[in-house]
Amino acid sequence: MSTQHSRAAARLLVAPSVVLLFLWMIVPLAMTVWFSFLRFNLLMPGTREWIGFLNYEFFLTDPAFFAAVANTLAIVLGVLAITIVGGILFALLLDQPFFGQGAVRLLMIAPFFVMPTVSALVWKNMFMNPVNGLFAWLQKSVGMAPHDWLATTPLLAVIVIVAWQWLPFSTLILLTALQSLDEEQREAAELDGAGALARFRYIVLPHLSRAITVVILIQTIFLLSVFAEILVTTNGGPGTDSTNLAYLVYAQALLQFDVGGASAGGIVAVVLANIVAFFLMRMIGRTLEG
Amino acid sequence: MARRTTLPRKLGVTALAWGIGFLVFFPILWTVLTSFKTEAEAVASPPSFLAFHWTLENYAEVQERSDYFRHFLNSVVISLGSTVIGLVIAVPAAWAMAFQPAKRTKDLLMWMLSTKMMPPVGVLVPIYLIFRDLGLLDTRLGLTIILTLIDLPIIIWMLYTYFKEIPGEILEAARMDGADLWNEIVHVLTPMAVPGIASTLLLNVILAWNEAFWTLNLTAAKAAPLTAFIASYSSPEGLFYAKLSAASTMAIAPILILGWFSQKQLVRGLTFGAVK
Repeated sequence: MSTQHSRAAARLLVAPSVVLLFLWMIVPLAMTVWFSFLRFNLLMPGTREWIGFLNYEFFLTDPAFFAAVANTLAIVLGVLAITIVGGILFALLLDQPFFGQGAVRLLMIAPFFVMPTVSALVWKNMFMNPVNGLFAWLQKSVGMAPHDWLATTPLLAVIVIVAWQWLPFSTLILLTALQSLDEEQREAAELDGAGALARFRYIVLPHLSRAITVVILIQTIFLLSVFAEILVTTNGGPGTDSTNLAYLVYAQALLQFDVGGASAGGIVAVVLANIVAFFLMRMIGRTLEG
Repeated sequence: MARRTTLPRKLGVTALAWGIGFLVFFPILWTVLTSFKTEAEAVASPPSFLAFHWTLENYAEVQERSDYFRHFLNSVVISLGSTVIGLVIAVPAAWAMAFQPAKRTKDLLMWMLSTKMMPPVGVLVPIYLIFRDLGLLDTRLGLTIILTLIDLPIIIWMLYTYFKEIPGEILEAARMDGADLWNEIVHVLTPMAVPGIASTLLLNVILAWNEAFWTLNLTAAKAAPLTAFIASYSSPEGLFYAKLSAASTMAIAPILILGWFSQKQLVRGLTFGAVK
């Protein structure tokens, strides 16, 4: 009887969270779906007519859409590549004995705590600016012409900024995973004559696979929706060179006031994110079970 | 378990590690240094690294011109408020799922996590319109509500992984002694759960402090937290490096210090206990 009683109580305790999250998932999403079938522009009050899939047709055939999908993927894959490879290398280094481990850890983790608008503006102005930036000064002092990051390679600039923010995260997680590796196993392999590369390939990397999975999952969630870094650096430009899906929908909604079109774009973004999420959840489900 | 190493090797690793740590940290250091320069020195070429005329002028001016303190207070209210409300909702749920798991608890947890997968642009339009109609645009209340909702799944997950580690036998023993649900929570569970709740609080304040999608889209001048306030420096007329640096330094300093304190809990918290 007491278990039945406590089970009912447990359900009661979980209920508020479930109800809130369910409403948060369903209500706005249903509205977005509804709007996506309407001609609905905030600049033309009163006109809200049903136009079927026309918004989707416009959005999906817009060249900006393909640019945005490509840029979204480039940001996700580019940042993942930098942070995973860099994170593994940094973690292997920091795992060695050296003087001042604690202090270096603090230095390494710091960028993760910097808010996106600050890191984007600091990089944009004080490093990447072709006149006053430090990079330009470095290039000029070795006789090169300064590189205009935001005008000529805007997407790369965004990737660099975002990767700087996430590299500490992957490094810290991979380092933590590395430190739980059984030392004797590594030493046994060393005694058996396994070289450093073989030890990395057959002992360290398999041990890290779970941590790498987690890093990929968490970063992908955030990287699909990179927004502030684009807003304050390139505004998606020049043209659509650094526009990702999140920024494209934002521009359609709050700069062009096209509610219908932006909603269609929002739904497309949700569908794409769900495809990615499906594979990621399966992957993390498997690794977390094991 | 200390690994054998030779001194020269250790010195070499030390130099390399400090060098890389310094490079990674350099943008922050450079921002702090620039905040103490005059505007002219901030853009001087070649740049001066330490030998400049140190001044606090920028800090005074940022506060004077733009009421910096109000935005700072907005950040505090919104990030703390959303985290505390989130905890009040999440603690009972995480407790129930950790100690009274039902058949579907695992699925429920995965579903909660999956709500985080929804890209915010998918619901930007309706949220914006609802906020406009309810008068919640550019209010601390509105932003606190949104951040509570987007943080809730992460808060529940973090708490769940902490609660999972509390041995169930202790609860059973308490029940045997006749403790009812309320007593169980207050006298047995709470003391053991406080460290987990504290680190969840800390981590979520950090995440909420730095949230920069909803804060940028739903606020203007009045309720803008620091993320949105700093963004106003992106306009060309706002190109004052030294003042941008002073505002940035003040915006990141408190959370950086909190983050340094919480770095031990950071990994397990952010990986939902998958990496410890």
